[in-house]
Amino acid sequence: MSRLRPHAAILALLAVLAVLPVMFTSGTVQNFLIFTLIVALAGQGWNLLGGYGGQFSFGHASFFGTGAYAIAILQERLGLNPWVALPVAIGLGALVGAVIGTLAFQARLRGSYFALVTLAFAEVFRITANVLPVTGGAAGILIRLKLDPLNFQFADRAVFHWVTLVFLGAVMLLIRTLERRRFGARLVAVRENEDAARALGVDVLRVKIAAITLSAAITACAGCLYAQKFLYLDSMIAYGPWISIEALLAPIIGGLGTVFGPVLGAFVLHGIGELTKTWIATLTGGALPGVDLVLFGVLLIVTVGFAPRGILGLVSRLRVRAA
Amino acid sequence: MYSPEILLTAVLNGLMTGSVYALIALGLTLVYGVLHIINFAHGATLTAAMFAVYVLHGAAGLDPYVAMIVTVPGLFALGYAVQRLVIGPASHGDDGNILLVTLGLAIIIENALLAWFRSDTRSIDVPYGFSVIEVGTLFLSLPRVIAVFVVLLVALLLWLFLARSTTGQAIRAVAKEKTGAALVGIDVGHIYAVTFGLGAACLAVAASLLMPTFLVNPRIGNAFVLVAFTIVVLGGMGSIAGALVGGLFIGVVESLSGLFMGESLGQIGIFLIFILVLLFRPTGLFGAKA
Repeated sequence: MSRLRPHAAILALLAVLAVLPVMFTSGTVQNFLIFTLIVALAGQGWNLLGGYGGQFSFGHASFFGTGAYAIAILQERLGLNPWVALPVAIGLGALVGAVIGTLAFQARLRGSYFALVTLAFAEVFRITANVLPVTGGAAGILIRLKLDPLNFQFADRAVFHWVTLVFLGAVMLLIRTLERRRFGARLVAVRENEDAARALGVDVLRVKIAAITLSAAITACAGCLYAQKFLYLDSMIAYGPWISIEALLAPIIGGLGTVFGPVLGAFVLHGIGELTKTWIATLTGGALPGVDLVLFGVLLIVTVGFAPRGILGLVSRLRVRAA
Repeated sequence: MYSPEILLTAVLNGLMTGSVYALIALGLTLVYGVLHIINFAHGATLTAAMFAVYVLHGAAGLDPYVAMIVTVPGLFALGYAVQRLVIGPASHGDDGNILLVTLGLAIIIENALLAWFRSDTRSIDVPYGFSVIEVGTLFLSLPRVIAVFVVLLVALLLWLFLARSTTGQAIRAVAKEKTGAALVGIDVGHIYAVTFGLGAACLAVAASLLMPTFLVNPRIGNAFVLVAFTIVVLGGMGSIAGALVGGLFIGVVESLSGLFMGESLGQIGIFLIFILVLLFRPTGLFGAKA
């Protein structure tokens, strides 16, 4: 029983999230929920490297896009079943992570330099995907509609919600397990003080490369789910800066280096974002593009400035004060 | 495969575009050299400056070059205020935080412009927009030739300011040793904000130089910001001469690779240079200290 306790809170949250599509049957709300879960999953990937490992990537689009394009291309060009393509796509995303990580960390890039080089890699991927024939170039790539669970497409949105939730839940349980193992301790040691970690015998380079590889695999999985949900990709969707930003915003707002941070952050951000958009639209009688993102930017600055451990940090600070 | 004249034109065009790149990079490298921060909002600030020129031309009929009288002090004040009131207090001096705060600023500026101006691409019409001057057998675009001379003038003025004025001396002192500078009575917070303001003012000039021949939309800054980062890294972080040489070099690389590989792949050449320099020679090609 005591071995299960650290995972109990995660299971409770998953149970709550699983009920949502039963409570909300509107298509718009269900699509919103699935999209938010996918962002939360991409955020879990970023959080492993950025939150636990302290390496801030500005280019997680490289992994998201590789996962998304890989599953789409394997299906459409090679006729593979998407359930078979999924592990291959995740593996390719992990490979991209391992290569970028090996190059960047071997060159001892840290802080801003690491952020810049990941951003540049994502841009190289984006431009390449925009001209290559295999990705459909600027026209993009469509996954043919064939609603069948065996084909990773579901007529019922609730089912897609639960499938996404299974992936998110598995990743959360995995990260919780890693947290309590040597790997998690080493990763946090690297974040807190790289030189001290090295002095204590931690193979810093290996820990960082392992972290970015796993981080990339998780974010690539989010990309696969995105492709299967929306069935269309172009270079701006798959490798565009938007997903790099989403993946880092969710954990930072929710709580860096915590299992719940990315999920909380994704729901808070997109909840507030949707509310503001609707509110502005009713107020001005027309949609105002970008207002939700302006708000995200403000929240990012406020969080960094005043709540460095995100919403979860604020909550635990309040609890300490109340006690 | 190409006649020497086409190649020469491409090189000259590259040098002319590169001079504006150099000016954008100049602002970035100045801020890096003094504050040791990477300003992610640099591209978005450039977009804002370009829209300012666009609005001044549309609403007040101001020529883009004349608009500098308004935009240069305006952007200086904005940069000063943003560093003093937002970046300084919110980042607590931590490298990772500054990165995120300036990213937040970039998101705010870009999307506020998107909400206001929508995603349409706009340009302004000036009578000399397509004027050319003839040099031997070559035709050079007049606004771009003007740009080269203005950039050289700005670089010279900036150098004189840093070398001769009291404030310039204070800036150099803070860049070298901020604790020591604070001990001899220099207001480091003020100098930081002045430097940030100067970086933004460089963008105001760049915006006026770009608008006669370029388009503007809320996302245009992204096209420049990675190029500017590349130049700064190539020229050595914080090196003004490096930014100038790097800017011209990147302009030529872009122009030539665009000629040989097509417009969209031309950009890849720049990013690959960026990645390679970061990975293998992060101190820059011109040997400035890291």
